Amino acid sequence: MLCQDCNKREATIHLTQIINNEKVVLNLCKICAEKRGFHSPFEQMPFPLAELVSGMVGSNILKKPDKTGKIDKKDLKCTNCGLTFSEFGRIGRFGCANCYNVFRVELNDLLRRIHGSAEHRGHVAETPTEELQPLREEKRLRDKLKKAIETEDFETAAELRDRIRELSLKSKEEGS
Amino acid sequence: MFESMAKKPASWLTGKGPESEIVLSSRIRFARNIAEFKFPPSADTDTREKVIEFVRSAFSSMGLLKHGHFYNSNEISPLDQSFLVERHLVSPEFMKNGTGGGLYIDDSECLSIMVNEEDHIRLQSISSGLSMNECWECAYKVDQELARKLEYAYDDQFGYLTSCPTNVGTGLRASILIHLPGLVLTREIDNVISRISKVGLVVRGFYGEGTDVLGNLFQISNQTTLGRSEEEIIDSLSKVTQQIIEYELNSQETLMKDASDQIEDKIWRSYGILKHARVLASGEVMNLLSALRLGICLKLFDKVSLNQISELLIVTQPAHLQKYYGREMTSAERDMVRASLVRESLHGKQ
Ligand SMILES: [Zn+2]
Ligand SMILES: [Zn+2]
Repeated sequence: MLCQDCNKREATIHLTQIINNEKVVLNLCKICAEKRGFHSPFEQMPFPLAELVSGMVGSNILKKPDKTGKIDKKDLKCTNCGLTFSEFGRIGRFGCANCYNVFRVELNDLLRRIHGSAEHRGHVAETPTEELQPLREEKRLRDKLKKAIETEDFETAAELRDRIRELSLKSKEEGS
Repeated sequence: MFESMAKKPASWLTGKGPESEIVLSSRIRFARNIAEFKFPPSADTDTREKVIEFVRSAFSSMGLLKHGHFYNSNEISPLDQSFLVERHLVSPEFMKNGTGGGLYIDDSECLSIMVNEEDHIRLQSISSGLSMNECWECAYKVDQELARKLEYAYDDQFGYLTSCPTNVGTGLRASILIHLPGLVLTREIDNVISRISKVGLVVRGFYGEGTDVLGNLFQISNQTTLGRSEEEIIDSLSKVTQQIIEYELNSQETLMKDASDQIEDKIWRSYGILKHARVLASGEVMNLLSALRLGICLKLFDKVSLNQISELLIVTQPAHLQKYYGREMTSAERDMVRASLVRESLHGKQ
């Protein structure tokens, strides 16, 4: 079997990875494997997911630019770093934090495909101005509470209410 | 540089910690960015330098520099970089970036932080055995402190913002390095891998020549970073790992029932080769050491400690050998030096 990257040398390294129930197999020669960063099993191997991402954006989300060469309406551009959405599709990397803001609508779809969700549910970043943090957390809890009430999950709702109360008490104490 | 490090095994390789007969190490990694700067892949030299300055001064005010060292990537030679990769302290990507990166390593080698890899900050904590919580506590504490010094790129909907969308949200990658000879020998491994992939985890084996997994070592990590909390991600990895350990032990039991003579022979034969061979390729060493580790697990073999096996796995890698002997070597030279290092280690123990 020939190496899938160079198509010249014999593939001696065979890597299998399963992503969203889809088997991704890499057959590489030693030289190309090292180029991709596969040296030994001790290393954190790079996710071929990045390749998946740019493929997905290119084929499924972006519309092709029209023949007159006009910039597609959908080709948004980040006001801070200048990255366009089609460039993002090609390289699979954002240029700055603001990109997430500019591409938010498109990303909802993309992130759902990669992660099965487009909503962060983990820890809230602390901010250097420390007093902002409880406010953010409270907002998140209130959003969750709303959802819990909507779905009639009263047990969770009660829990959330307690946590919000705790939080506002704490911030009052710290404020005084 | 790193000469003293080259002479001692990494602390995450003590062979201690829960389940360390099967789980070699646990690791937690956070990807973080500073809000005001462009992400490293699109940042110019000036910005990259500013990021390093910011992070370095944050480390300094946190007292991190008192029990660790900060390096600029241009002061690390290519051989030293390979050495650090073999030691799991930096990623291969970090090497490719060339200049404009920074690296912090604490004295115990449990904590390492890359600056300007794919993200401004890649913070990792690694420890021996199945010890996710220990890793988490160490990494989380530093992450929290850093957050108070630097404004992280964070979004209420998307969480921690990262250069690549596959890391966004928690920015958390939790992984374990696990030894599964029983599942490989009984050919159950493919079943297990496909089961694991259904619960949001990724398994990677490293294949050498042919179809055998080198050293029967696999890395298991979370596939997604968004939509689940950090605790859920870590919890699920730990639970699944426990389950895999059980599968592995069952497979080992089956092997002992069906082929105990052959297994015992394989273990002692491997020991014989390691103890006497004059030329050893790195893949071969990994496979032979795997047999010894299995021997310890099955209580059929006690000539070598787990700690020694893990240490040999690391120090027989190409860059480690060259650091140890203080010179560059061809691959043929390394195979001879590797054999002699292994011989020394095994004869000394007797
Ligand atoms: Zn190739
Ligand atoms: Zn941008």
